[in-house]
Amino acid sequence: MGVEQKLGDMGIVTTKLEELVNWSRTNAMWPMLFGLACCAIEMMAAQASHYDMSRFGMELMRASPRQSDLMIVAGRVSRKMAPALRLLYDQMPEPKWVIAMGDCASCGGVFNNYAIVQGVDEIVPVDVFVAGCPPRPEALIHGIVTLYEKVKGEKFKDLAVVK
Amino acid sequence: MDKKLENIVQALQEKFSVSVEEFRGEAHVFVKAEQIIEALTLLRDKYDFELLSALTASDYFPQETPRFHVIYQLSSLARNVTVQLRVPVNGDQPKVPTATRVYEVANWRERELLDMFGIQFEGHPDPRRILMPEGTEGHPLRKDFPLGYEEPQFTFNLDEIDLRKPYAKE
Repeated sequence: MGVEQKLGDMGIVTTKLEELVNWSRTNAMWPMLFGLACCAIEMMAAQASHYDMSRFGMELMRASPRQSDLMIVAGRVSRKMAPALRLLYDQMPEPKWVIAMGDCASCGGVFNNYAIVQGVDEIVPVDVFVAGCPPRPEALIHGIVTLYEKVKGEKFKDLAVVK
Repeated sequence: MDKKLENIVQALQEKFSVSVEEFRGEAHVFVKAEQIIEALTLLRDKYDFELLSALTASDYFPQETPRFHVIYQLSSLARNVTVQLRVPVNGDQPKVPTATRVYEVANWRERELLDMFGIQFEGHPDPRRILMPEGTEGHPLRKDFPLGYEEPQFTFNLDEIDLRKPYAKE
């Protein structure tokens, strides 16, 4: 009764539960603030009015890992920072994803030395690498949309919580 | 050399029989490790060098022996002069007495030198690494420390290096 009288006959939409859940996840993904270097400036630019990441369902950067499901590692990770990064990743609730933003986070970049982790995938599993030094906001947004494509194809049985 | 500096350097020479080098008007005074605390105390108390503006080291391996120079850059704001004290230190057991009792600011500087060059400071209140994480092997700013951390990946050795990389599991 009720809603049809107000909105008219909408018919019935059917979908898979998996697709519905994945769709809702992609449209309300909360990234965690993890600005470590100059990439963070581009990440801020991607959030600000010119590029406006909230078009893709990212209104808020969370400062707490417990409230976020996407970690954007923006910048070079020093060997001393690495345990802290892993700790924050472990504190994020499932399901969670990681974007390695920029060359330094992806592979060490120009910092091939004793102080910098040679690619953040040594510490946390990475879903999307974004190349660039630093990547422009468009590149970051492209990385996020690429991640969405991945999330949309995810199956419940593959999630770490189920395993 | 600065006129104001001349009598200070002369006093050091008489007291500790140090050798002096001059570079672009700046005096480099070479002091023995066992005399450095006395020299620092003298400069601080008698010649108003109230500021230890830098405490660093240089590694001259393999050209020179002893390979390290521990460098104390002192400034006097009252007299507007600076002077540099250098302590040559041997490579295999580098040891210098700590300057923390003369200049408290030396605390973290000496920890940095311990971390980066492996120079021990005898009597230091807190001899731990300061920049690198605990458990790091070697001292990165020594000249014989390897430059690159990891071999760059090209098409010909990509797979080989990929196998060695410690990727994270979930």
